[in-house]
Amino acid sequence: MRFAKQHHTRIPMPAKPGTCRLDVKNLGVTLENDVILRDINFQLNCREIVALIGPNGAGKSSLFRSILGQIPYTGAIKFELAGGYPSQPKIGYVPQSPSFDRGYPISVLDFFAAAISRWPVFLPVPRSLRAKVEECLSRVHGEALIDKRIGTLSGGELQRVLLALALEPIPQILILDEPLSGVDVGGEHLLMEMLDEIRQKYDLSILFSTHDFSTLRLYADKVILLQQAILKVGTPNEVLRSPEFQSVFHLNLGQEGGDA
Amino acid sequence: MEVWYWLVSWLPFEWAAADSMYFMKNALLAIFVVTPLFGLLSTMVVESRMAFFSDALGHSAFTGMAIGAICGLAEPVAGAVLFAVIIAFLFTIVRQRTTMASDTAISVFSSAAVALGIFISTLGGQSFTKFNNLLIGDILSVSPGEIGLLAVILLLLVLLWVTSFNQMMLTAVHQALADSRGVKVFWKNFLFTAAIAVVVTITMTWVGLLVINALIVLPGAAARNIARNLPQYHLISVLGGLVCGLAGLMVSYHLGASTGASITVLLALWFFVTLLFKGKR
Repeated sequence: MRFAKQHHTRIPMPAKPGTCRLDVKNLGVTLENDVILRDINFQLNCREIVALIGPNGAGKSSLFRSILGQIPYTGAIKFELAGGYPSQPKIGYVPQSPSFDRGYPISVLDFFAAAISRWPVFLPVPRSLRAKVEECLSRVHGEALIDKRIGTLSGGELQRVLLALALEPIPQILILDEPLSGVDVGGEHLLMEMLDEIRQKYDLSILFSTHDFSTLRLYADKVILLQQAILKVGTPNEVLRSPEFQSVFHLNLGQEGGDA
Repeated sequence: MEVWYWLVSWLPFEWAAADSMYFMKNALLAIFVVTPLFGLLSTMVVESRMAFFSDALGHSAFTGMAIGAICGLAEPVAGAVLFAVIIAFLFTIVRQRTTMASDTAISVFSSAAVALGIFISTLGGQSFTKFNNLLIGDILSVSPGEIGLLAVILLLLVLLWVTSFNQMMLTAVHQALADSRGVKVFWKNFLFTAAIAVVVTITMTWVGLLVINALIVLPGAAARNIARNLPQYHLISVLGGLVCGLAGLMVSYHLGASTGASITVLLALWFFVTLLFKGKR
């Protein structure tokens, strides 16, 4: 494993004043007369890792999809570059563990090349494009996966490939929908360490959803508890110890609840 | 065509002799054009889970042909192509709006379309027999001009694939991911569905409604069993279709069976052979 285990020494990254920022104001989503999200207000600063938690159906994916502009919403989603200039953010998106058909004869190279180039990938990929894909995969230490069939990748390997794809071109905001589902414990830490490295190296902000609360204290700067509306927002400790958290997840663990 | 006839005359078959059996030579050339067409479409149909869908489109094409004939179009095929493209558009909307049209919904569409086609074409006690060739198809009836039309369609499909394959493939694999990378998901779905519609409608006369879907699904389904990446997948799909097409033509010539059905039977055999090797890739 490439990453030293030094989770507890990591210093939380304070947002630098005047750097880029995603500003979500009064966001609401209604689909077929069902209120999915309402009164969503939060900010995502440069280099911040923000975790989104909440039960299934709480609206986490809908929040992502509205930031990605894939579903209609009310309210405003604004992005400002350093210095306060409004801009359209480049967003990298890692979808929730997509199930690739094991039988589909498509290699990581084919898939990657199709997404980042215009070369029609039913023809053999030229050498220069292969080199480019290798370079992208190396950002997640995944060069060795290039000729594997996508359907045969493990959960962690697939997440790394999708992460590499979301990093090409380098985005300003990285959105990951449940990146830890289907990934084993070792893979979880590898992936989270990688995200931590990436946000520092490329100066981007990361928004991810998870059901794995054990990773929050180690890796998240801020946690948002969501169930249609934002019930609680704060540091991992603040949220995990809040009564809101315990009532949403039906925990009765007393004062020290939240170690789940 | 003269060049083609001259080339064929070198082949060691009795029908290949100069100045005879032009229908066999035409059919041979048509197979060289049609099977790559199906081979290319096939992998995408299989991966988009559109097999049943393309079957329904075939039925709609038949109805379009009947409507075209009723409207007194000189070329019912033109009416059918238009009709099939409209159906493709409606299908794409239904697929987008609902959580993927279920097999029941497709079945409703397809049986309604074929019933409407038979209803229209038999109105006022007309005989249905003039449409028999659409059901069975006869590749031996293909004329040089029609081969030209097929070649144009093949060229257009190759162009579409070169420009849009990547985006259509991403859309088939994961819509939200494709969307996040700037792919116009709806239009790619429509382009692909329309491509199936046009190919099915135009080739139906020679291949026949009853076997056309086998030709669309089998080359890709067989190649899928043994290919390891996309270039292999497409190469095996096109070559498998071509070899079975040529062999099917020979078989039908010697045994006197329908050419479309002979090709389909061989493709099915090829599929089962590849299935045996599936685990070994």
